[in-house]
Amino acid sequence: MPCLRKMERMIVSMQDPDMGIKMRNQRLLITVIPHAMTGNDIVEWLIQKYGISEEESLHLGNLIVKHGYIYPLKDPRSLVLRADESPYRFQTPYFWTSTKWPATELDYAIYLAKKNIRKQGDLIEHEKDNYNLLHKRINHTWDFVVMQAREQLRAAKQRRKGDRIVIDCQEQAYWLVNRPPPGAPNVLEQGPERRNCHTTRVQLTKNMDYYKREIEYCRKAMARTRVKSSICLEGYIKFNEQYVPHDPIMSGCLPSNPWITDDTTYWAMNAPTVTIPTKLRVERWGFNFSELINDPLGRTQLLEFLKKEFSAENLSFWEACEELRYGEQSRISEIVDSIYQQFLAPGATRWVNIDSKTMERTLEGIKTPHRYVMDDAQMHIYMLMKKDSYPRFLKSDLYKNLLAEAIIPPETKKRVFPFMRKQRHSSPSPALLLPAGDAEERSRSPSTAPVPEEES
Amino acid sequence: MDQTFLAIVFGPCDKCSKEKPLRPVSVKSEQRSYCSLCVEMMATEGLHENETLASLKSEAESLKGKLEEERAKLHDVELHQVAERVEALGQFVMKTRRTLKGHGNKVLCMDWCKDKRRIVSSSQDGKVIVWDSFTTNKEHAVTMPCTWVMACAYAPSGCAIACGGLDNKCSVYPLTFEKNENMAAKKKSVAMHTNYLSACSFTNSDMQILTASGDGTCALWDVESGQLLQSFHGHGADVLCLDLAPSETGNTFVSGGCDKKAMVWDMRSGQCVQSFETHDSDINSVRYYPSGDAFASGSDDATCRLYDLRADREVAIYSKESIIFGASSVDFSLSGRLLFAGYNDYTINVWDVLKGSRVSILFGHENRVSTLRVSPDGTAFCSGSWDHTLRIWA
Repeated sequence: MPCLRKMERMIVSMQDPDMGIKMRNQRLLITVIPHAMTGNDIVEWLIQKYGISEEESLHLGNLIVKHGYIYPLKDPRSLVLRADESPYRFQTPYFWTSTKWPATELDYAIYLAKKNIRKQGDLIEHEKDNYNLLHKRINHTWDFVVMQAREQLRAAKQRRKGDRIVIDCQEQAYWLVNRPPPGAPNVLEQGPERRNCHTTRVQLTKNMDYYKREIEYCRKAMARTRVKSSICLEGYIKFNEQYVPHDPIMSGCLPSNPWITDDTTYWAMNAPTVTIPTKLRVERWGFNFSELINDPLGRTQLLEFLKKEFSAENLSFWEACEELRYGEQSRISEIVDSIYQQFLAPGATRWVNIDSKTMERTLEGIKTPHRYVMDDAQMHIYMLMKKDSYPRFLKSDLYKNLLAEAIIPPETKKRVFPFMRKQRHSSPSPALLLPAGDAEERSRSPSTAPVPEEES
Repeated sequence: MDQTFLAIVFGPCDKCSKEKPLRPVSVKSEQRSYCSLCVEMMATEGLHENETLASLKSEAESLKGKLEEERAKLHDVELHQVAERVEALGQFVMKTRRTLKGHGNKVLCMDWCKDKRRIVSSSQDGKVIVWDSFTTNKEHAVTMPCTWVMACAYAPSGCAIACGGLDNKCSVYPLTFEKNENMAAKKKSVAMHTNYLSACSFTNSDMQILTASGDGTCALWDVESGQLLQSFHGHGADVLCLDLAPSETGNTFVSGGCDKKAMVWDMRSGQCVQSFETHDSDINSVRYYPSGDAFASGSDDATCRLYDLRADREVAIYSKESIIFGASSVDFSLSGRLLFAGYNDYTINVWDVLKGSRVSILFGHENRVSTLRVSPDGTAFCSGSWDHTLRIWA
């Protein structure tokens, strides 16, 4: 866990004699504990060192305590950082999570046995259960466990009370991290193990094949064309300028963000098919061709325009090619044939105008139909629409009218009684909209979003 | 009498890498250390000029160096410099607007439906739930036969979901409201990997699924037949995440793995077209910038990074000294100005993508944030956590 190493570096700098936390003796009831600090000290130090807020500092400090690198002296069973005068101490590196992990059953058994011997009934519920479980599980070593426990207790008696308390707290903190009580989060839990695929194990021997592949990749990469950073980065600035007004999180949305006001009008007004689209939406169609073609409403408008120019078959052809690319494997021949009949065959009703070279290649490819057989032709037609029809669309009366008639929704008036929550209406699930048979039909046509009926 | 002693060193042979006593030997006027067997072989086979391991290794290393030089030649300005003339962001306030409770264990993954309000989420205990997150109602639930369902996805039509995890498979469940039907009955087993499924995504239709796995590969499948359409080999360890490019041609995707590499693939040929290796640890999440010209990654090294595809390099790092836990999940706001990243320290950090600074830190979750996605229309984002809940933020 790379975070543990980073945490340790933090801990080390916290203990720096010059720049670290000022430690002093802390009074715990009648005993004096040396080299301790208050919760407040820790929070303040983090704020100063990292330039963060108190909330963030407290959160970070809490994580450090939860991982056992700092432990509380007062109320040691609760690994929590309090931003007050509560005393805390640094955990000894011997007990650092990274050094001793994973903690063994034997060690835990000895710890519990010590607690049990020292003061009968000192074990809390879950510790009692664990003790009994371990007693059963490693019964054969139990004599050793008890002996070790007794030895450690005897050695401890020879220490000063202050040291004894400190060592007890250290040990307790360690076990709180490694054997958390039920209900407490286990900070050491990792999730499923990674790096267990055979490729990793094979890769460990960096043999000739590995280097040959690296060389091959480098040669190819050297040959690729790169664009200057200044040009690429300018692209982000431009994109940002264009899209920020359309970003609801950045600029809000009209009439209001449904998640904030519980009013779904915004969704109703921007549904995939509405009679009158919003101004922002129509403006967006002017950004680039994909914005227009990927919006169901935009696409319908595009179709209207292309009809006027007698090139509507281009869009239909493109849609059919999309169906091929993203369709079922079993239907490929069928779809290819259908495309051929409708768009490519001599005398076809919706013949598309592709250049002869591409047409030749495509017709040849159709003989062994596969998913990508129409790629070249599709790209040609897409570029035609993008470079040719699209600029004209933007200058057309059709588009200008759309812009003029598009609505700018008024902002939702702030409710007089803001604490009265508006009722949240449910909407029909897209899975419900069509009977089962049609649902399959619908799932075949790609890229069109479902049409939920929204309540306005 | 002169006695010349031959100093014998013990170590990995420069040719076969085995640990043996080594002898100094000259190869192309360079000193090498070979074990006695390799010396014998070399003597009997003659010298194969370009084939020794050592020379390959040095060739690879020098090429890598040259590649870095080439990349650096065109790097004439930093992103934050270009971004100086962009207006700074003002006060940023985002709050939890919905909390979805219902999972009995850690939430591992979630995905939005195209209707902008429904989501699917999966958890450690095998439960996959479909919610209308606006009303917080649960609409469907299915229990997988395995634990740690690390991947789930909503179909573009809204009529099905896909999920998988420790069962090494990706299964598709059609969503049904029939009272008498059990969702598990119509389940389709689509993908089969040889290790855990870490990520899955439908392409532009319900008919194809792209998967990433702990077995080090990604794969494209035909849902109807379960046929493997294309597989993608190249990662040196578990693949943990993937994202499809929003480009016009819809042909590429990016994946991130435990080998610290982010790789861009051509879906049609199965070839890796670009590769980036600048992270110091596992890459948990990758997401394309909305224009498709770049992508962001989140890693266990506690940083998020932005890689530009045309410049072919890393162009920004989002990190802070006080952030020491790994970033598990990243996503952009609609305009790409903000990068939301969920971390293993239970927080969500919001980054200004252009200026490189952190805009805000969001508290609320009580355990690791494991998954984070912005809604399709950018009005909110959803985070899922090991604290068993999902939150919608706006």
